[in-house]
Amino acid sequence: MLHIKCPHCGMRSQNEFSYGGDASVKRPDLNKEISDEEWDNFVYNRKSLRGKHLELWQHLSGCRQWIKVERDTATHEIFNTYKADEEIS
Amino acid sequence: MTQKFRLENGGLINRDKKLSFKFNGKTYYGYEGDTLASALIANGVHLVGRSFKYHRPRGFFGAGVDEPYAIVQLYRNNETEPNIKATEQELFEGLVAKSVNCWPSVNFDIGAINNFLKIFLPAGFYYKTFMWPKSFWYRVYEPFIRKAAGLGVASTKHDKERYEHKYEYCDLLIAGSGPSGLASAYAAAKNGATVILAEDKPRFGGSLLTSDVNIGNQSGEDWANSIISELKEMPNVVVKNRSQVFGYYDHNMLVMSEKVSDHLPKTKKHHPKQRLWYIRAKEVLISSGSIERPLVFGNNDTPGVMLSSAAKEYLKVYGVLVGKNPLVFTNNDSGYETAIEFKKNGVNPIILDSRVNPQSEIIDEAINLGIKIKFSHVVVAAQGYKKVSSADIAKISDDKKQLGAIENINCDCICVSGFWTPTIHLASQSGNKTKFKEEIDAFVPGTSKQKETTLGAANGIFTLEETLKDSFIAGQDLSKKITNNDNKISFPNVVEKKSSQHDKFWCVPMPKGKSYKRFLDFQNDVAVSDIEIALKEGYRSIEHVKRYTTLGMATDQGKTSNLNGLQLVSDIENKVVPAVGHTTFRPPYTPISIGAIVGREVGKHSKPTRKSPMHSWHEKNNAVFVDAGVWLRPRYYKQGSETLFEASKREAKNVRTNVGICDVTTLGKIDIKGPDAAELLNRVYTNAWLKLPVGKARYGVMLREDGIVMDDGTTTRISENHYHMTTTTAQAANVLSHLEYYLQLVWPELNVNVVSTTEQWAGAAIAGPKSRKLLEKLFPNNDVSNEGLPFMGYMESELFGVKARIFRISFSGELAYEVNVESDNGQFMWEKIIELGQEFQVQPYGTEALSTLRIEMGHVAGSELDGRTISYDTSLEGLISKKKDFIGKRSLNREAFNSSDRQKIVGVVPLDKKTSIPEGSHLVKDAQAPLPNKKLGHISASCWSVEHDNPFSLAILKDGKNMIGEKLFVMSPLKNKVIPVEIVSSHYVDPKGERVRS
Ligand SMILES: [Zn+2]
Repeated sequence: MLHIKCPHCGMRSQNEFSYGGDASVKRPDLNKEISDEEWDNFVYNRKSLRGKHLELWQHLSGCRQWIKVERDTATHEIFNTYKADEEIS
Repeated sequence: MTQKFRLENGGLINRDKKLSFKFNGKTYYGYEGDTLASALIANGVHLVGRSFKYHRPRGFFGAGVDEPYAIVQLYRNNETEPNIKATEQELFEGLVAKSVNCWPSVNFDIGAINNFLKIFLPAGFYYKTFMWPKSFWYRVYEPFIRKAAGLGVASTKHDKERYEHKYEYCDLLIAGSGPSGLASAYAAAKNGATVILAEDKPRFGGSLLTSDVNIGNQSGEDWANSIISELKEMPNVVVKNRSQVFGYYDHNMLVMSEKVSDHLPKTKKHHPKQRLWYIRAKEVLISSGSIERPLVFGNNDTPGVMLSSAAKEYLKVYGVLVGKNPLVFTNNDSGYETAIEFKKNGVNPIILDSRVNPQSEIIDEAINLGIKIKFSHVVVAAQGYKKVSSADIAKISDDKKQLGAIENINCDCICVSGFWTPTIHLASQSGNKTKFKEEIDAFVPGTSKQKETTLGAANGIFTLEETLKDSFIAGQDLSKKITNNDNKISFPNVVEKKSSQHDKFWCVPMPKGKSYKRFLDFQNDVAVSDIEIALKEGYRSIEHVKRYTTLGMATDQGKTSNLNGLQLVSDIENKVVPAVGHTTFRPPYTPISIGAIVGREVGKHSKPTRKSPMHSWHEKNNAVFVDAGVWLRPRYYKQGSETLFEASKREAKNVRTNVGICDVTTLGKIDIKGPDAAELLNRVYTNAWLKLPVGKARYGVMLREDGIVMDDGTTTRISENHYHMTTTTAQAANVLSHLEYYLQLVWPELNVNVVSTTEQWAGAAIAGPKSRKLLEKLFPNNDVSNEGLPFMGYMESELFGVKARIFRISFSGELAYEVNVESDNGQFMWEKIIELGQEFQVQPYGTEALSTLRIEMGHVAGSELDGRTISYDTSLEGLISKKKDFIGKRSLNREAFNSSDRQKIVGVVPLDKKTSIPEGSHLVKDAQAPLPNKKLGHISASCWSVEHDNPFSLAILKDGKNMIGEKLFVMSPLKNKVIPVEIVSSHYVDPKGERVRS
């Protein structure tokens, strides 16, 4: 079980969180004309990375905040966690 | 019966407390502090089971967790448990155990025929057999194997025992209470660190209990006891025996199984049988020791052949002799310790040492004691079937390739020592890449992956002095990093015997003209010849050899066999062992009961049970409940001898003719507040929300980004910037997360707050033509006329002094309202409605009637919004705004969503107006068509229409729009039904929707 540092609450066990996928995906703006390809990339296409991955988690059984977690998908090492609106270095 | 092999004195057992127990129907006696194994050996019982494949007789090989043979079926307190190691099971009064894997009895075993039909079962037998003609397998092999194989029988009864889970945090977790565990725990505890010290055995001290050493002028055992007593007194230390740390998981979380009650005849009241600890440790010290390696020779699986360390443990801990005429076969000094213990207790052992001319303190001691030693000698084969009766021995050449003349000598046990294998499982599980240590012919942990440090024998350090030094320092340094304390501990003076180099020899060559089985894996019956076959057949990777031969894949996970297997592969392949590499260690280190893993999450406790505030009223009024997610909801209210069908029909009918009341508390409720609340709703729902006036409700449908319908519900504008959203019971949690996702990550500029209020409100739906009359009674001061409270209207009021919200919304298709009060007042509200509704023939209705009502009016629910349907499919496309963008809108352009024969919701009525249609059935054009018959759609929900008094179903049907009036067939191969049906509109009741507006 992973140990994730919620930037709002501190170190918590994985079972308090739910996984939210790739954090680098940006939703296209509302009312913007975009190609099918662009939309497909947003809805469906995800890289299945081995290694460092910036991903979303929600602290579901805690503060309910969505956070960003930089994790190694192979080793599960967590390098850093960020608030939703935090600048990522 | 006397304990013929029990010594007069000695051991750590309590001789004042005699215990009786039964094994295979026979009564024996042992002492408190015995294991089942030690008590059986004390009684001269060495035949405990049969091997898995060849059904050869099996005795005892070890004295603890590494035991491959002595697995029994245990009976305790009217329960039975399979696969219990006799070497771990502590004796209690009245214990009953039986042999497993033998039929009809351990003494006469049919399966032993396998032993003479070895041709059936060589390496890869199962793989090869599966390729044979199928019929042969079913008719001949499988019945035969099934009858004779298996390790014990699981109980089919409900397990009445309680198992607990516990979560714990500590600075240092120390696995193993031998010298390294004790020293490191002591040093860390003195530095103020919080420490958990775990020992899998009942007694603390590990090797100190059996070795002849001195620490600080105390015997090893006394020193261990004094350290443990001191640790137990310290508030920052938790000391746990009977506790096996079996898994090392991510982020330094380890799991430990504590056997709280297994050593007692019966679990004490309010105690669990076992407890699983999830421990998150800052640092982990692995002091799991080492396991003695077997030597490989002919018939080395005969009962009476066992590890020399086990023989010593039976002697020193239990006062039990494993034999009275022992042969010790060793390639290192450890065998001498066992021989000396025999000698000290009046038994004359013979030592066979494979080494040419070893010299050390302990060898001198053995010589001085007059023990007979034969250097450069080996056991070629054990003789005897159910117990060792003699040994064929021979001189071996210095290059270990040639055997001299074979001589047979009498003995009743053979104690083997092939040196030591560090127990590196936990370190390896943590991700540590282990390395091969040439000097000890074994793998040791390499660079730490997580926060783990391996100490002592587990780290390949076999001298006590070095072990203690390393461990004191490790305990001190690691705790200092955490607590910043720096208490120096003076190292105690250590007296131990120096060992000489072990012999790299491990496998006795086969004498000319013989074909003995030489076993590597004692539980899975894998012999040297099996590995040879696997390699001959081209298997190279050790992982493949393992799976093909099943080496190391038994319940003991090859604790005694893995290294010898590797050694053999490397010998044949002419490679060094590290080039062959070892197989991966995976948790659990030792089998863990399913009960412990499941913990309290069984039966009713497997998920929380949520009850509405009106639950006790439902109970009192004969409600029959149904699980709705985690909620318990009334399915129907039983009157007299009514069936579900009769009751739900009555309840639904009463709604259509009079008035019914339904508990809708479980509906998800989300409070939405903020100046941008309307904008949020406008983006989340497919229809327009910006112009909804205060005091009005609107029905909305929300999509996922891929265009699939996610949920539906009504949302009411309570005040300018305040909305009350309802969701389906099932999607309540997902919808909240969905809203939070968009508010926090996608549109953080929206000034809106969302919070779940599902628990804050109790809800009652009041539905039926007489519902307004009832409402007038409930709220006499309000104008609830069609003008005062129109369809989709909302008002706040008081219900006899209790704050209430009234929504005019309908799920049943009738004139209907929903009243919400704060949860604490739910029961009051409910009883008031029932009381005042008597004159209107009010009746409560459950989920079954609720479904009937919504199905016959064609209102979609979870069975239609099943994660595969879009708005069009469920006839919700009218709610899609053309003017604005919303979540999922862009996906609606997809070609498949716009095809001309797109599926759509329809109604289905059987032509005979009698046969009910099973949910999930398929719709087909031609019932006689050959299989696979083309499926046109499926039945999503079925009911008995109370309006038309015949069966009615909803279906999602291909080109449904143009299918009204068509005749099709419903096919349910599961229920073996074919029903001719007609396709009708999904709005089977009040298609114009006049009633809800009346
Ligand atoms: Zn948090």
